[in-house]
Amino acid sequence: MATELPRKEAAVIGVGWAGGIIASELAKDGIEVIGLERGAERTVDDFIMQKDELRYAVRYDLMQDLSKETLTFRNDRDMRALPMRQMGSFLLGTDLGGAGVHWNGQCPRFLPYDFEIRSQTIDRYGEDKIPDDMPLQDWGISYEDMEEYFAQFDATIGTSGEDNEMTAPRSTEYPTPPMVETPAIRMFKEASSDLGLHPYQGASANLTEAYTNPDGQTIQQCQYCSFCERFGCDYQAKSDPIITVIPTAKETGNFELRTHANVRRISYDGEYTDGVYFIDTRTGEEFFQPADMVILTTYVMNNTRLLLESEIGTPYDPDTQSGVIGKNYCYQIMAEAQGYFDQQFNLYAGAGALAGQLDDYNGDNFDHGDLDFIHGGTIQLTQTGIRPINTNPVPPGTKQWGSEFKEANAYYLFRTLSVGSQGASMPYVNNYLDLDPTYTDRFGDPLLRMTYNFTEQDRNLAAHQTQRMEEIMQEMGANEIVANPDIGDYNIMPYQTTHNTGGVIMGADPETSAVNNYLQMWDCENLFVVGASAFPHNSGYNPTPTVGALSYRAVEGIKQYYENPGPLA
Amino acid sequence: MADNNTDNTNADSGISRRTFIKNTGLVTGGIVGGGLLGGIIGNQWQTGTQTETGGATDEEDDTNDFDEARMFFSRDMDFNVLSAATERIFPEDDNGPGAIALGAPYFIDKQLAGQWGVNAKEYMRGPFQEGEPEQGYQSAMTRGEIFTQGVRRINDVSDEQFDENFDDLEEEQQNEILSAFDNDEVDMDGVSSTLFFSLLRQATIEGVYSDPLYGGNRNMDGWRMKEYPGAQPAYIDVIESEEFVEMEPLSLRDHH
Repeated sequence: MATELPRKEAAVIGVGWAGGIIASELAKDGIEVIGLERGAERTVDDFIMQKDELRYAVRYDLMQDLSKETLTFRNDRDMRALPMRQMGSFLLGTDLGGAGVHWNGQCPRFLPYDFEIRSQTIDRYGEDKIPDDMPLQDWGISYEDMEEYFAQFDATIGTSGEDNEMTAPRSTEYPTPPMVETPAIRMFKEASSDLGLHPYQGASANLTEAYTNPDGQTIQQCQYCSFCERFGCDYQAKSDPIITVIPTAKETGNFELRTHANVRRISYDGEYTDGVYFIDTRTGEEFFQPADMVILTTYVMNNTRLLLESEIGTPYDPDTQSGVIGKNYCYQIMAEAQGYFDQQFNLYAGAGALAGQLDDYNGDNFDHGDLDFIHGGTIQLTQTGIRPINTNPVPPGTKQWGSEFKEANAYYLFRTLSVGSQGASMPYVNNYLDLDPTYTDRFGDPLLRMTYNFTEQDRNLAAHQTQRMEEIMQEMGANEIVANPDIGDYNIMPYQTTHNTGGVIMGADPETSAVNNYLQMWDCENLFVVGASAFPHNSGYNPTPTVGALSYRAVEGIKQYYENPGPLA
Repeated sequence: MADNNTDNTNADSGISRRTFIKNTGLVTGGIVGGGLLGGIIGNQWQTGTQTETGGATDEEDDTNDFDEARMFFSRDMDFNVLSAATERIFPEDDNGPGAIALGAPYFIDKQLAGQWGVNAKEYMRGPFQEGEPEQGYQSAMTRGEIFTQGVRRINDVSDEQFDENFDDLEEEQQNEILSAFDNDEVDMDGVSSTLFFSLLRQATIEGVYSDPLYGGNRNMDGWRMKEYPGAQPAYIDVIESEEFVEMEPLSLRDHH
């Protein structure tokens, strides 16, 4: 029997960016919140020994322990799904702050086009532009209505950046100035300007000057030390939940944080939830946490999995294309052009969000009339800082070991530049999430099963972006360029990006979406499901600011619901 | 080679690249040949030439050697084969020391004895079934088991083909055998020889380029060879520099 704990007004499951934002905003308003975090406590004191590539970037010290829980994967429904035994394609976070601690800090806003992608695509190109097997959906809210929440997130994290005609319009200035221009970034910008494109300095959560946010939390100045992605910031110069929203929540006195609390079920009577069941991972003891409102803010994977295991909402069925939970799982279509130069760049230095960037080939910023895909992707030269174990560029044809490798590797390490595209990922009827029939986690609960592969849309988009990046690299004067326009089949092992989206998508119609535009579940009005799980598709950008904005949007809905319970949309 | 902005000929902390290459060249002439190098396992290259290469002082050597014992490989032969194989993957040459002198074999031994060697943070529940390449690693074997089987298979192949232990072979013969593993031409149980070879290669790269705290990348010479400055606290002063800035590397020892 589970031990029943004292009732709370709100129970937040998972305390990363989304959970931290919601906990802080509700607690500031006097609402009693408990944060249930499956991982351990984590503070900046844990980051003293961060500059260790092996421990953090290669052995994944800050990431989820897959021996306890993972997911299974197959490319299509004819393949037998097998467990993701090792981390590869994406890096799931764990412990307080979640993936918000080990992110790079790139902070673009999604485009107005993204929020109304179906309507705008039909308006401009006609209904035939959308393939039958692409469940492309509007988000149930416009960018115009979302803008204030993006501004709130920027104010909380102190986003650094500069305006550009191709990016989403803003009501407020960037809180901090753009990051510095390095020789490599300048080269990229000059080359793209010469090609008639519109480069700018990417938006960043690695701050260019010390900044105190409206909650009184201070983020320090970035030192360009190059240890961002896969690391926590020892300078407190990369905004993350543990130096911003989580301390804010704690300071109110209305927030109780409970770590090692792994939620296994959301209690549901067919209409409402009355709380959650969790297990203390240290003792094995089971608890029931009663709550008036439950806010599910784990990563994409567990947002979907917990709803399926708790039998809340109708699971998506690819045969009939009905149901919603697990639907529209999307990713990011990565492409790259690598160039080899005579000049040596200081590439060991950098910051996670230090980038020259352009959006001429993103969203619907260019005409897709004669193209066999929709959307696009942001194109960047990022100088995140390279490290010697994971970065070993050698020209094609070089033997991968022995003296030849050793010499080429030493020579080219700082003479290789890379331009990359983060391509948008469109939904497809056969790309979805459900529960695995065979494999279980340490508690015996079914693992999530991912069925996913790249589609024609993705392949065409990647080929297009690769050509554009080759043109830029050519203009930059590379001696030799390596670019592969064929992305092949999705492979879960090589690292691509931790930008997984969908599964509990938002929209205006309960038949085709799981949550409304306040992230309130259609099928359970006192349950809000917040995160990139709500994206009906993934844009050609990093997702975190949109997750942040949706969290602030959800806060408004939760507060309204608290005052006046009922469906909000 | 771009001009260096940093004069790193500081005698007590390191060596200039020029001196490094010159000295390494001399040393290479002295001990060329896989047999000798692989046969006398340990850091024979390192201890014999510390002074010439300007690395750690002789006094420090005695204390530094305590970690040159093994916690994973129980048999000498297994470790000898491992060492010789890492040296072929990252050989000592005109560009500087190889895997053995950098401590990569001991690094691998320590790693295999820890959580990486038993796949502690990975999903190792069954049922185990062969998957598609896109589904990644599906073996029931741990890295420790794979390495033990792998180095013994290397020696078996060596014995079959050349009637000698792997570490006694000429470099070309060793390369031939390792290429066969790389090209999936050798039968292994539970994993492909390509998978074993890629693990071996990856572990060697880690052993020469990780922070010296793990027992490899001795004296940060792996970093020096590719002008990587290690665990520097900040680059705010060089981030905008047009010139390539070379600096004496720092390790995590300097961080606490």
